[in-house]
Amino acid sequence: MLNNIDPQPLLLTLKLATLTTLILLILAVPLCAWLARGRSRGRTLAEVLISLPLVLPPTALGFYLLITLSPTSLIGGWLLNHFSLRLVFSFNGLVLGSVLFSLPFMVQPLLAALRQTPINLLDAARTLGKREAVILWRVWLPHARHGLFAGAILAFAHTVGEFGVVLMLGGNIPDQTRVASIALYQEMEALNYPAAHTYAAILVVFSFLVLLTLQRVQRRAA
Amino acid sequence: MSLQIEISLALPGRILDIHTDLPKGGCLALYGPSGVGKTTLLRVLAGLQQPQRGSVLFDGKPWLDTDQRLLVPPRSRRVGFVFQDFALFPNMTVEGNLAFAQPRPDAARRAYWLALTGMTAYAQRSPRELSGGQMQRVALARALASEPQLLLLDEALSALDSRLRADLQDALADILAETHLTTVLVSHDPGEVFRLATQVAHLQPDAPTRYGTPREVLLKTNTLGRYALAGQVLLIEPAGVQARVVIAIGIETLTTLLNHDEAAALKVGQRVSVALNGASAMVSAA
Repeated sequence: MLNNIDPQPLLLTLKLATLTTLILLILAVPLCAWLARGRSRGRTLAEVLISLPLVLPPTALGFYLLITLSPTSLIGGWLLNHFSLRLVFSFNGLVLGSVLFSLPFMVQPLLAALRQTPINLLDAARTLGKREAVILWRVWLPHARHGLFAGAILAFAHTVGEFGVVLMLGGNIPDQTRVASIALYQEMEALNYPAAHTYAAILVVFSFLVLLTLQRVQRRAA
Repeated sequence: MSLQIEISLALPGRILDIHTDLPKGGCLALYGPSGVGKTTLLRVLAGLQQPQRGSVLFDGKPWLDTDQRLLVPPRSRRVGFVFQDFALFPNMTVEGNLAFAQPRPDAARRAYWLALTGMTAYAQRSPRELSGGQMQRVALARALASEPQLLLLDEALSALDSRLRADLQDALADILAETHLTTVLVSHDPGEVFRLATQVAHLQPDAPTRYGTPREVLLKTNTLGRYALAGQVLLIEPAGVQARVVIAIGIETLTTLLNHDEAAALKVGQRVSVALNGASAMVSAA
């Protein structure tokens, strides 16, 4: 069954999803800790901005990223001139787009789990003379680990299934931006249904397994 | 290390004012009904909450001064706080909770506190595997393991049965006497207040806070003799027994509250001071 497809888009998808998830893990933990510490206008605004990709068409986000990061734009030009970094139609650009697009999928479960932590646990650690970073690492995150796992699984799966942002920002460049969802679309356009079926079946089985794992994580947390 | 408190706390519908001076090694009991602000006051002393106005001085150093906008963070105060819900870290073992609390790792001291609270056999258990009373003992051991300069106990012994509570009250009294640890405790139990406290602040919802020794605050005179109904507990002084109040109490009930030597020394007609739970005692004028 796997003989009729190019494995490269699958490997590229795995690489993109793994990198995106790792970056999101590093970003989301301090971000969620800040959001969970209280309510303020700044926090509300940040939460709305982070959640935008949940309701925004991926093509809209991809379009604005394409415009903003294009070498002819202010930011894109500056990145190219100072760091030789070209983010449109490149794998690096895909990583950036995926991180932004999957951010709410990582943030929401983790934030919910952090907010469910009894305040007295954190206060007890504070009275024991611990710094906030130590409390986050030793008390808060272990208590919210099911949210962290759930967020990582969702972010990984969401990146694997991404299409709109990838197409707008990365196009369809073999070995660079042609991920599984793009390869599936390309095979379908070429009327190569057996290959399209294979890509689609792999994505369906993968998504099913991800949701099954998520269910088990949530059941264990409950 | 003395503790000076001058605090105004805004509670729903009223302001709670409290001002007291606790000498080094003293034990102040915050006594009163639920919702009167006792736990909030403990949180203010720990630096976890800010009052509307006030100041807290510990050993001459300001911990809080709202006029000066000064607030020393909880981690710089070195307080040992036993929370009402224990607040044990579920991702650590019992011993792990103590190790996390220690300023420097010290296995011998951990073993000492575990032995003192009777938790040595449970050192490698998760807090989830413990009963309420066991969790309370671990919370106390953890607070002591942090080498605090001020101990804050929020109904620290309430989840224990009466025998264990009496044992731990004795142990705690010994620890406080030995370490000269300045302590503030919240309690509904006059027996506990009498056993541990050197001073009492009786917080009341619609009257000014009363201060004094446990005897001064919890006992008052009226026409039936020297007794007072304080919360759920009836306290009776020997003078009351001699005057007009007659107490009938089964000797078996009384002996379960005392150790063997004390029980053996009891004689019929002997004057005793007793604290009875109001829910299980009935008193009438003779």
